[in-house]
Formats: sequence, C-alpha cells, structure tokens
Amino acid sequence: MRLLSRAGRSLGRTLLQAVPTVLGIVVLNFLFLQLVPGDAADVIAGESGSATLESMEALRRQFGLDQPVLVQLLSYLDHLAHFSLGFSPRYNMPVGELIMSRLPFTLLLMVSAFTLSLVLGIAFGTLMAAFARRWPDRLLSVLVLVLYSAPGFWVGLMAIVLFSVKLGWLPSGGAMTIGADLSGWPAIADRLAHLALPSFSLACFFIAVYARLTRSAMLEVERQDFVRTAQAKGLSAFTIQTRHVLRNALIPVTTVAGLHLGNMLGGAIVVETVFGWPGMGRLALDAVMARDFSVLLGVLLLSSFVVIFANVFIDLLHAWLDPRIEAH
Amino acid sequence: MSAQGLHGETSNRPVPLLDVRDLSVAFPGHLAVRGISFQIRRGETLALVGESGCGKSATSLAIMQLLPRGTRLSGQVLFGGTDLVRADAHMLREVRGKRIGLILQEPMTSLNPVLTIGEQIAESLIRHDRLTARLARARTVELLDLVRIPDAHRRYDDYPHNMSGGMRQRVMIAMAVACNPELIIADEPTTALDVTLQSDVLELLDSLRRQLHMGLLLITHDLGVVAQWADRVAVMYAGSIVEMAETHALFERPLHPYSRGLMGSTVRLESGAHYTTARLTEIPGSVASATGETGCTFAPRCPQVIAQCRIAPPPLVPLPDRLAACRLATETPKEAARVAAGC
Amino acid sequence: MSSDTTRAASLPLFVPKSRRGLAALLLGHPTFAAGLFIFAIVVLLALGADILYPGDPQDMVGPPLLWPFADMEYPLGTDSLGRDVAAGLVHGARVSLIIGFSAAAIGLVIGTLVGAAGGFFGGYVDNILVRLTELFQTVPTFLLVIVIVAIGEPSLPVMAAAIGIASWPTIARLVRAQFRSLREQDFVMAARSLGYSDARIIFVEILPNALPPVVVTASVMVAGAILTETGLSFLNMGDPNLVSWGSMIGGGREMLRTAWFLTALPGIATALTVLALNLIGDGLNEVFNPRMRER
Repeated sequence: MRLLSRAGRSLGRTLLQAVPTVLGIVVLNFLFLQLVPGDAADVIAGESGSATLESMEALRRQFGLDQPVLVQLLSYLDHLAHFSLGFSPRYNMPVGELIMSRLPFTLLLMVSAFTLSLVLGIAFGTLMAAFARRWPDRLLSVLVLVLYSAPGFWVGLMAIVLFSVKLGWLPSGGAMTIGADLSGWPAIADRLAHLALPSFSLACFFIAVYARLTRSAMLEVERQDFVRTAQAKGLSAFTIQTRHVLRNALIPVTTVAGLHLGNMLGGAIVVETVFGWPGMGRLALDAVMARDFSVLLGVLLLSSFVVIFANVFIDLLHAWLDPRIEAH
Repeated sequence: MSAQGLHGETSNRPVPLLDVRDLSVAFPGHLAVRGISFQIRRGETLALVGESGCGKSATSLAIMQLLPRGTRLSGQVLFGGTDLVRADAHMLREVRGKRIGLILQEPMTSLNPVLTIGEQIAESLIRHDRLTARLARARTVELLDLVRIPDAHRRYDDYPHNMSGGMRQRVMIAMAVACNPELIIADEPTTALDVTLQSDVLELLDSLRRQLHMGLLLITHDLGVVAQWADRVAVMYAGSIVEMAETHALFERPLHPYSRGLMGSTVRLESGAHYTTARLTEIPGSVASATGETGCTFAPRCPQVIAQCRIAPPPLVPLPDRLAACRLATETPKEAARVAAGC
Repeated sequence: MSSDTTRAASLPLFVPKSRRGLAALLLGHPTFAAGLFIFAIVVLLALGADILYPGDPQDMVGPPLLWPFADMEYPLGTDSLGRDVAAGLVHGARVSLIIGFSAAAIGLVIGTLVGAAGGFFGGYVDNILVRLTELFQTVPTFLLVIVIVAIGEPSLPVMAAAIGIASWPTIARLVRAQFRSLREQDFVMAARSLGYSDARIIFVEILPNALPPVVVTASVMVAGAILTETGLSFLNMGDPNLVSWGSMIGGGREMLRTAWFLTALPGIATALTVLALNLIGDGLNEVFNPRMRER
C-alpha cells in the first residue's frame, strides 16, 4: 500500500520534472547537431553518386533542411507536440516507425544485461564478503577485476571465438536464426541462444561494479551492532548473511544501479555492432554517420525517457528495501 | 548469607549456572582481560563494575564467544557443564538466544533497521522454539506486553526508527528473554538512556529475572545501579577483578584502594553532603598507565602502594566476606580496616 | 579453594601484534604495488615506442597472418596486411595513454570548475549547474562522444576533448558534494572574515581539502577514457593515421575465425593497462580512506 501510493506520487512528480529536462535535451541536442558538418542531403547525394547542385537543393527542400535553424527547431517541436518524431531522409520512413522496429531489441538486450549483472554481481559480491580475505574472495576478486578492466565488447569477441567458433554452442550474431520459421519453445530457445553472448558482453563491466559494491557494502554492514545482536540470538550464518546483512547492503547497491543505465545504453551501441544486433544502438551509429538528425534526435529522446523511467522503478525498489524512507 | 562461597558457589548446588575460570582475552596489541574467574547462580544478579576500558564488555562478549576474528582467548567458560570456549559453532548457536540472552548498550544501532521489531523478536522464537509464524507472532505480542510496551498488537509492525530509545531497549529485553533463557547478560543496558528511563528499564529487568528465575550478569560503570540492583559485585580494573563481594559488604567497607576510590567519587544521597561541603575524590592518573606493568596494575595510581606492589601483582585472596587483590587488605587486615574506616 | 586465585602477570596467552606504518601498507597491499608495476611497464613501453619499433607501425613489414612465436622476428605475429603486431601494440600504448590522461584532465578541469562553482555559490547558480549536469548525464555518454567526434574530425585532440566533455558530470557531482560540506567549516568562515576573495577561498582554501576523493576518481577516469577510446577506434571513429589498440581489435575482427590472436592481443593489452589503473585507484582509496583494522 505504501509502495503503491509512493509509485503514483513518484511517477507524477517524475513526469512533471521530466518535461523540462526532456525539452532541454531536445533543444540542446538539436542545436548541438547543427554543429556537425554536412547534412543528410550530402550523405544521400554522396551515396547515390549523383551530386548535382540542383538535386541536392531539391533534397534539402524536400526535407526542410534549407530552412533556418530556428524554423527547423520550431517545426520539430511542433511535430513532437503531435507525437511525431519526424521523417527520416535516409531510411525513407517515419522516424517513429523506424525506432519502434528497433526499440524492442534494445530493450530486451538491456533488460537481460541489467538483470544478469545485478544477479551475478550481487551473488559474487555476497560470496566475496562471506569469505572475506580468504582464498575464495581473492580468486573472485581477480575475476571481478578482470571483468571490470577488459572492454566489454572485446570479451564478447573472445566469447564468440570460444563459444561460437571453437565450440559451436552459440550463434555469433543476429537476434534470431533467419529463415528458420520456428515457433513455440524452439523459437524461444533460439532467441535465448542469440541473446546469451551479447547480453553477457554488455553485462560484464556492470557485474564487476555491482560485485565490488556489494562486497564493500556487506563488509560495512557486518560491522554494525545489529549483526552482533543477530549472532547473539543464535541464528544460522546463512540467515544472518541474507536476512540481516544483505538486505541492508542492497540499499546502496540500488542507489548506484540507476546511475549506470546511461552507461549501459552507450555500451549497447558497441555490443550491437559486434553482434549485429538489430537495436537502437546500431541505428544511432548509422544515423550519426548518415547525418540523419531526426533519427538521432529520436534515439536520444527515447533513451532519455528510458533512463528517467528506469530511475523511477529503481527509486521504488529503494523505498521497498529501506523502510526508513517515508513520503518526501 | 547462606552456605554460599564468595565466588557464589553453593555447597548443596555443585554446578553453578555460569562458571568462568581464568578467562583471558587479547586483542591485537592489547590484553583486555587478564585471567579472571567468577560464578553466577540462577536467580542472582552479579554486577561487573569498572570504568571504560577495564575489560567488562570484552568479558561479556567472551562468554558468548562473540569476539571479532583475530582475538585470542584462553581459560574456561563453563555454562551448565559445557565449556563454551571449546564448543563448536553448532553448540554455540544452540546456546545463544536460547539459554543465554544478550542485551547490548546502544538500542539505536542494535536493531536491524529494515525489519520490524516484531519480526526480529519472532525470529528467535521460530529458530529456537520451532514455533510457526502465527504462534510466534502471538507469543511476541505477549512478550511486548511483558516488557510493558503499550499497544503491543500494533507495535509489532513498527520499525526501530519509529520507536523511542527507551522502547527500543525494551524490545531488546524482550528479544533476550523470548526463549526463557537461564542467563541474561546485560552490557550497560541503561547507559544510552535518559536518567528517567533508567530505573524503569532496570526494574523491568529485575522483575523478569525473578519471574523467570534467571541469572543476570549486569555490566555497568554506575555504582548507583550496582547498589540498587545487584546481589554481588565484582570490581574490575585494567582487565583484572580487584575485589568481589556481596553488594552491601562492598559498599559498607570497600577494601581495595580502587574500590575505595570509586566509592569516594560518588556522593551518597543520605550522607547529607553538599557540593560545597564535600568534594568528590578523584583517583589520580588514568587506566592507560596500567599497560605493561609487571606489578599490580593499579600501583601507579594507588595511594597505599608499597614496594612489593610493583614487583608482583597481588593474587585475589578470599577473606571472610569477600575476595580482594590487595596486599594491604589481605596481609594486614587491621591496617586495612583502619584505612577503610577513615573513608 | 585457593586454586581460584588469579594470576595477572604471566599469562599463557600470546598477544597478537597490531600492524602499522607505511611499509606495512605497501606490503599489505601487494595489489597496489602490482598495479604500479604493470603501469610503469606500459608507460616505459609507450615512451620507448620509437626506439623499440622505429617507423610507422602501419608499414607492411612481413608476411601476412603469421602466428605469434612462429617467427621470432615478429614475436607477436602479423596481421592480414603484414603489419607487425608488436609494433602496433607498443605504438598503440602511446595513443591510449595520451588520450587517457588528456581526456581525464579535461574532464577533471571542467568537472572541478562546475562542481566548485555550484557547491560554493549555491542558489540559482547551483540550480542551473545541477540541471546542466543532469542533462549531460541523461544522454548516453558514448553516444555523446560519438556525436562530438562527428562534429570535429577524428583525431587525437578531438577524441580526447570529446571523452573529457562527456565525463565531467561525475567529477562535478563529487566536487560539488565536497564543497557543499566544506564551505560550512570553520576555516572557511575564518578566511572570509579575513576578507579573502571568493576565488582565493575556492582555490586556495577549499579545493586542496576537497581533492582526496577526486584523486581516487581520477585514476578511474583515466581507465574509463582508455576504454572509451578503445570502443571508438573499434568503430572506426578514431584517427585513421594512428594505430591504436581499438583499431587493432576492429581490424582483427575480420579474421576472428582463423587469426583470433589479432583481436586477443590488443584486448589483453588494454585489459592489463586498465587493470593496473584500477589497482592503483583501489590502493589510493585505501590510503585516503583507511578502513579500521578489525578489532
């Protein structure tokens, strides 16, 4: 009950605060992108091979790229108010449609990577704290440090070498086996097989972040008096670690979790490229190359929304874990 | 005074509830407890009194085997015939919470902030008495009533931060007595509370002790508490017990110079003294001067020190009505009595 | 019975010694020492790149796709164009270190200025700066870097600037928090009463005290900058005239099935360097925030 009312209030407040932030992002990015030399017409003309001045002028007029910047900005904002993200010169389709075709893939990748990193990270961190300074801790610490230091996409490439090339267990790219026309359980299994490596690749770094954080948080909590009280009650070591120590240690972990979402979106760009994953990250990269700013703005906008709403969710999680947080 | 020895042993009850023998506790770089011995019977309160740093908290933790890793322990802690020092982890978990209860000093930090107080009390019941969740909840509410927390039904679902310090300490007491233990160790239970709450909490503790016929090890630095609530007293200084006697005997006639110093540094209400007419006596020096001493640990600060005191520490010797570790008290009782009469 | 007498002096107990001192710190933190050691090697290799492998690492010098240790003249093998992998690694170390340090420096300067201004002055200045910081943090960092690199041309200075510009928010938050707590302290009040200017108070009085966590974060920032640069070069957004570890990984991707060492080696080099930096960062953290030894 407490959580539900908090959810409602949190959402409402967030939406209210989000509007100026998002608007700010849009305006800033729009103006920012004007600094990028060249525009979509240049790229299209260059690719098609026919770059006469007239054809480029015609392209620009078609997509409104010849208007002064402020007019373009206002027209974009006007589109936004009508829930349209504009039209993509490069892909020749509405931006909204384009993004929607890619968004689910990126969301799938991010959700699975995020979950994986939290679960494995917290598990490792708990083990490390339980065996603090003894050999399991030292061993896991080395592993965690390697995950923290190696570039995620490179780990992904090495994983492809091992699991795909040498062992042949997992596919090396794509989101599904094309042309295989599967359904039901085999389809899900196929999707999962394709998701495994990219997800792990993206999660690598964050597994290490959460593991380190969990470890230090748990060691910190273990020094508190109430842990001694729990021991004095004769509870089992497992109960003490989970019910008492871990539940308190998770609080700082959730605080940090939200901050890393932006990083994860960025990492998705590279991971999607490595694995040929048809997500928004690759779309964004192509858009930068093609100077397709409507698409780029659309992606930036959407990723901001994702970050904002994910933070709401994490805020709720935080409140559920820590009863000391009351109504603001 | 019954047929009770000075350590508390009785001739017709061969096994005391708690029998600590020659217990020593060493932290890295610091010897906190130096070979102390004492006993507690069921139904009696032994107070362990001394200033900060004298080793009394270390003693209480040592009994429960709750000292941090890296601490060295020697001696024996016989509880109901079993030596807890040599007991394995499983045995210790059976004893803790079920047969010995611990009440710590800081109720604010001694309770888990993310669990309700009811859940924390019920935990013990579920673990030791194997109660179901529902029965545990009912029993917990009873316990909350027992420790005089009003509106116990609703309070079950409160979190520690919803409660005042005094109530939190009562919750700690409820947790400690939940499974009807035989012994309670209370480490400075009222130090962190307002003076007005102190006597309430102590009175509660005492009545529970009588009701449940438990032994109580009361650790405190407050002589007033000792005078009012303890049957016997052990005075600790720098890790050793310097005097141990029944409360009234100690207060009437403290023999060890340190005990005398402690008594003198309080003003008794009945004495009719006023701060303009009677000064609190100070004990010069500090506890730190005791480290590394080869003789009596109190020698640097003792007003009656003699040459022999600095060579070898005096043993804790039984006298007719107490034990004392002071050559003056044990070797020249007449002299000791004269000095004591003058205080 | 007098067997109950206590003995205070000679106890059968060994009192464990407590450890202290700086020597113990280094000895007790072999990982910190290891980090310094590895990093020193990388720096030395980078400095000596021209001596060890003079000339352009992009020169084709040998038969293509030689495996490591197959031919001792090219100990780490050659790529599909016959370029020496070892030369590439050593020159790439230079690129990584240069970008790593300069990007971190840029981020530190910007972040410190913004954080100090916001934390010290408070009020609407702080509000605006906080909003700005939040804005930058909502945009995915890597995407921002890509856009900035696209604005300029792909070259070392631009990349360093881009990464620096994208990474200042973390430092800004840190510095702001430090300033907010430090400005309430007595020594600041004393400085004000002596009539010191704001600038002097910020830079001379408060900033030195705010630095310890910033120093720790700095090593992490260098590590992060190196990782970001690796990603950028992998995506072919780096300087085409320079060999960097990222570009080597990207180039080796074509041959993943047969010559996977082309991808593995530069990645290992990156991982080791970043690892060393992280170990140093952890060690610095221990020095500045020593945990209490278990009592």
